[in-house]
Amino acid sequence: MGMTHVSTTVNGDREEFLCDPRETLLDVLRDKLALTGAKEGCGTGDCGACSVTVDGRLVCACLMLGVEVEGKSIDTVEGISTDEELHPLQTKFIEYAALQCGICTPGILVAAKSLLERNPDPTETEVRYWLAGNLCRCTGYDKIIRAVMDTAAEIREAT
Amino acid sequence: MHMQYHSPESFDEAVSLASKSEGTIRFLAGGTDVLVQLRSDIVTPDVLIDLKKIDGTKDISRTAEGWKIGTAVSGAEMSEHPELSRDWPGVVEAMDLIGSTQIQGRATLVGNLCNGSPAADSVPALIAAGAAVNVVGPKGERQVRVEDIPTGPGRTSLEKGEMINEILIPAKRQNGGDAYLRFIPRTEMDIAVVGCAVSLSLEGDTIIDARVALGAVAPTALLVEDASKAIIGSNLDDGTMAALAKAASAACNPINDKRGTIKFRTHVAGVLAQRVAKIAYDRARG
Repeated sequence: MGMTHVSTTVNGDREEFLCDPRETLLDVLRDKLALTGAKEGCGTGDCGACSVTVDGRLVCACLMLGVEVEGKSIDTVEGISTDEELHPLQTKFIEYAALQCGICTPGILVAAKSLLERNPDPTETEVRYWLAGNLCRCTGYDKIIRAVMDTAAEIREAT
Repeated sequence: MHMQYHSPESFDEAVSLASKSEGTIRFLAGGTDVLVQLRSDIVTPDVLIDLKKIDGTKDISRTAEGWKIGTAVSGAEMSEHPELSRDWPGVVEAMDLIGSTQIQGRATLVGNLCNGSPAADSVPALIAAGAAVNVVGPKGERQVRVEDIPTGPGRTSLEKGEMINEILIPAKRQNGGDAYLRFIPRTEMDIAVVGCAVSLSLEGDTIIDARVALGAVAPTALLVEDASKAIIGSNLDDGTMAALAKAASAACNPINDKRGTIKFRTHVAGVLAQRVAKIAYDRARG
C-alpha cells in the first residue's frame, strides 16, 4: 500500500504525517494527529460536525482527503482558545447553555468564528444561513444563534 | 483495494495519466460528490486525479469573449467576485444554492456539471447563459455547449481521458439579465424538485433574445426552445406569460418520486418559468 508523505500546518504548528490516499482529513486529524475535536457525524458533508478551516476557508474535514492538505494551513477547534483563555464564543456558549450533548459544538464554534471574522455584524438571518450546514439534534438552534449574536455584539463593543 | 492518487501540474500530464489509466478514473476538484461516493462505496476509483495543482484552475478571469472560470473555482469564490455577480447574477445565485457554507467552500461548477445529476442547480443557469466548456483530452481541445455535456443521470458525453478545464460564459449583453429559481420544500440545504433559469436581453421594453432552461424535470437539464420563443418579442404581458408556462410544462418529462409527482413537477415548471422570467426582465431593465 503506497502511503503519501504530507507536510502541513495545524493550528500554527508544523505537522507531518503519512496517509493512505483514501483517508480523509478528518481521519488524519483524529487518528494520526490526536485532534479529536472535529467529530464524524454523517461522513457525507451534511452535518458539519467536522468543520475546520483550510487556508481560512470553512470546509467539512470529511469531504477532503488527507493528501490534499499538503502545504495548507488548517485550523481546528483545538486552536480557538489561547493558552488558558477561552475564545469569546466558547464563553458565550457556556453562558447561554448553547449545547447539550456537545457533538455539534466544535463544528459550530469553528463555523461561527469563521462567520464573525468575515462579518462582525451579522443579522440573525445571516447567522442562521451561515450555520445551516451545522446540525444540532439536542438543544435546538435558538440558544446557539443567540450566543453567536451576543458574541458578535460583545466583540464589536470591545473594538 | 488500493486507489492511486495523482496531482499533476499540467493538463497535458492529467490527460496522459487519464488516457493510460485502467479501471475507474475520477477527477478531483471540490470533491463534494467524489468523496461522498468514495466513502459510501458507491464508486471507488482505481485512479484519482487531483486537478488543483494545475495553474489557472482556481482563476476567474474576464476575457474578450466574456468570463473564464477555472475547473476548481468554488461556489464561495464565485459569490465573492463582485463583477461576475453583477454580470451573471443568475449563474452565481444558482451555484450559491448548492449545499451549506462548508460545501460552498469546495463545490465547483464543473463538478456539478460532470456529476450528471438532472437536478444540478448550476446547470440550467449555465445553459440559459449560453455557456460552453473547454474540454481537453488525448485528441486535443474542443469546445462543447453546456447542454451537450450531460447525457443522462450520472452520465456525460466526455470520452476516456477527457476533462473540462474551463467554463466559458459569454460577455453580459447590453440590457441583459439572468435569474435562477428552484422549488424545494424547505428553505435551504435541499435538492431541486424543479429548477428554472432564464437569460434574456431587451431593446427598450421588448425582449429581443432569450434562453429558458429547466432542471430536475427530465433525465438531463433542458434548453426549452419553445419557451424562449414564447417570450421573444414581448414585454411579458399576461398572454405571453401564459404561453411561457405552457411551453415550459410541455417540455417536462419528469420522474415520480418522494420529492415530487410528475403532475406537480410539470405544473411547477410553468410557474417557476414565469417568476424567473420576471426577475431576469427586471434585472435587464436595471
